[in-house]
Amino acid sequence: MATVQEKEYVAQISKKLKKEQRALGYRRLRSNYGLLIGATIFAILVLLALIGPLFTSYGPYDMKVVDRLTAPGAQHWLGTDEFGRDLLTRLLYGARVSISVGLAVALLSSALGLIIGVYATYFKTLDHILMRICDGLIAIPGILLAIALMAALGASALNVIMALTIVFTPNIARVVRSAALVVREQTYIEAMHVQGASATRIIWQHIVPNTLSPLLVQATFVFAEAIISEAALSFLGAGIPAPEASWGNILQASKLVIYKAWWMVVFPGTALVLSVLSLNLMGDGLRDLLDPRVKHKSRKS
Amino acid sequence: MLAYIIKRILSLIPVLAVVTIAIFLIIHITPGNPAAAILGIEASQEEIEQLNQDLGLDRPLLEQYTSWVAHVFKGDLGDSIFMDQPVSEAIAEHISPTLSLAILAQVIAIILAIPFGMIAAYKRGSVADYSLMGLSLLGMAVPSFLLGLFLMLFVGVKLQWLPVAGYEPLSSGLWEHMKYLILPGISLGTIQAALITRMTRSSMLEVLNLNFIKTARSKGLHEMKVLFKHAFRSAFLPILTVIGQTFGTLVTGAVVVEAIFNIPGLGQLILNSIARRDFAVIQGVVLVVTLMYVTINLVIDLLYGAVDPRVRLERK
Repeated sequence: MATVQEKEYVAQISKKLKKEQRALGYRRLRSNYGLLIGATIFAILVLLALIGPLFTSYGPYDMKVVDRLTAPGAQHWLGTDEFGRDLLTRLLYGARVSISVGLAVALLSSALGLIIGVYATYFKTLDHILMRICDGLIAIPGILLAIALMAALGASALNVIMALTIVFTPNIARVVRSAALVVREQTYIEAMHVQGASATRIIWQHIVPNTLSPLLVQATFVFAEAIISEAALSFLGAGIPAPEASWGNILQASKLVIYKAWWMVVFPGTALVLSVLSLNLMGDGLRDLLDPRVKHKSRKS
Repeated sequence: MLAYIIKRILSLIPVLAVVTIAIFLIIHITPGNPAAAILGIEASQEEIEQLNQDLGLDRPLLEQYTSWVAHVFKGDLGDSIFMDQPVSEAIAEHISPTLSLAILAQVIAIILAIPFGMIAAYKRGSVADYSLMGLSLLGMAVPSFLLGLFLMLFVGVKLQWLPVAGYEPLSSGLWEHMKYLILPGISLGTIQAALITRMTRSSMLEVLNLNFIKTARSKGLHEMKVLFKHAFRSAFLPILTVIGQTFGTLVTGAVVVEAIFNIPGLGQLILNSIARRDFAVIQGVVLVVTLMYVTINLVIDLLYGAVDPRVRLERK
C-alpha cells in the first residue's frame, strides 16, 4: 500500500512532467515559424472579412457611374470597378464568400472523408467498393469535374460548395484510410476485438482519434485548394454569379478592363495569394508539429 | 514484368468504370429535366419530349449508360446540340492548342526547375537555397490563372513586349505561334517548376549524402563532374517521375489558362458549352482529358516498373 507521502510524491512528479510537456509543446510551436506566420496572416484575413465590412462607408452593390474605374486614392482606397463600386468594400465582402466557401468545403469533405475512410478500413468489401469509387473520382482532373458539375447544377455559392466537396472528399478519404489502416493493425485493436468491443466503439473511440492529425493537415490544404478552385470557377464564369462579390468574379471583370484598371487585377489577386499562401504555410507547419516523423525526415534531408 | 504490365492494366478497369459512370451521370444531376434545361424556358412541351427521345433520356438509366459506353468505345462521343457537329470532331479541332501549351509549359518548367533545384541542394542552407525555396512556395500558392492575369498586365499591357491574348497555329510560323504561347506557358509552367524544383532538391540531397559521392570527391574529381555525372544521374529517376505524373495536371491546367488568353483549345470549348448547356461536349471533353491523364500515368508507371525492379516486385 502506498503511503500518503508516496502518493504526494507521485502527484508532484506527474505535475512536473505535465508542465515540462506543455513547455516542450510550446517551444515546438514557437519554433514553428511557418505555422505562426501562416496562422497570423490568415487570422488577419478572417478578421478583415468578419468586421471589415462594418467599417466601410460603401455598400458592395452601391454603383456610382461617374466614379467608374477611379484609381486608388483618398476617397476609394483601392479604387473602383467598372460600375463605380468601391473595390475595397467588394474585396472585403468577397473575402467572406471565399473564406466561407473554403471552410465549408474543408469541413464537409473532412466529415465525409473521415466516415468513408474509417469505415472502409473496417469492412473489407466496403473498402473495395469505396476505394474504387475514390480512385475513379481522383482520376478525373479536379477542376474539370468541378466545371462539369457546375454546368449541370447551375452557378451559385451553394452549388460551388457541393461540387468542390465531391471533388475533394476522395482525397481526404484516402488520407484517413491510410492512417486508419496503420491503427487497425495494432495489437490493442485486435485485443479489443477479442474482448467483444463493437465496431462502432473501436472505430469512433480508438481509430478516429488517431486519424485526426493527418486529417487536420489535409483539411488545411483542401481549404487552400477550395479557395483557389472557387476563384477559378468564378473567374471562368461557372462559380459565384455576379453581382455577388467574390475574388474570382472581380478578377473575371478585371480582364475586360485590364488596359485601364491595374488595381482590379492586383488587389484581389494579392488577397487570393495571401490566403492560399498562409493556409499552405499553416498546413506545412501543422504537419511538422503533429507528425514528428516527417520533421525528422525533412531535417535529415 | 509481363505480370506487372497485365496487373497494372487490369487495375484500370474499375477506375474507368467509375470515371465513365461519373461523367455519364453529370447530365442527370441537372435539377429538373435535362432536355428542358438544354432548350431553355421558351421551349414547348413537344420540343422537350422530342429532344428527350432523341437523347434517349426516356429510356431506363442502365440502358442509357450501356449504350453511351458502347458508343464511346467506337469513338462516338455523341453530337453537339449547339454546334451541330460530332463531339469527337469538335475535340479534334480544339486539342492541338491545348497540347502545344501543355508541352511548352513543361519545357519551361524543366529548364527553370532542374538548375534551381540543383543549386538549392548544392548550396543547402545558404541564402540561395532559402530564396529558391521561398520562391517555390510562392509559386505553388499563385494559381495559374492569376499568374496569367499578372503577366498579361505587366508584360502585355505595361511593357507591351508580347501580345496580351490570342492564338496563331503553328502553320503561320514558329515565332508567330510561340509569341502567343509564351505568357500562357509561363503562367502554367510556374507551379510545375516549383514542384520540380522541390523534387530535384530533395532527390539531390539524398544522393549527395551517399558514400559514392564522398568517394568521387576524395579521389579528386572536379565538383562539376561529381554533381552532374555522379549525383544528378542517380537523382534523376524520381525527378522524371514527378515530371511525368504532373504532365496530366498541365493538360488540365491548360484548359483553365486558355480561357484567360483566348486560346481556342479544349478549355474554351468546354467553357462555351457551359452557358449553352451542351452536355455532350462537356462530357466528351472531360472524358478525353481524363483518358489522357490516366494513360500518361499508366505509361509512367510501366516505365518506372521497367527501370526499377523494386517497383514491380513491391506491388505483387
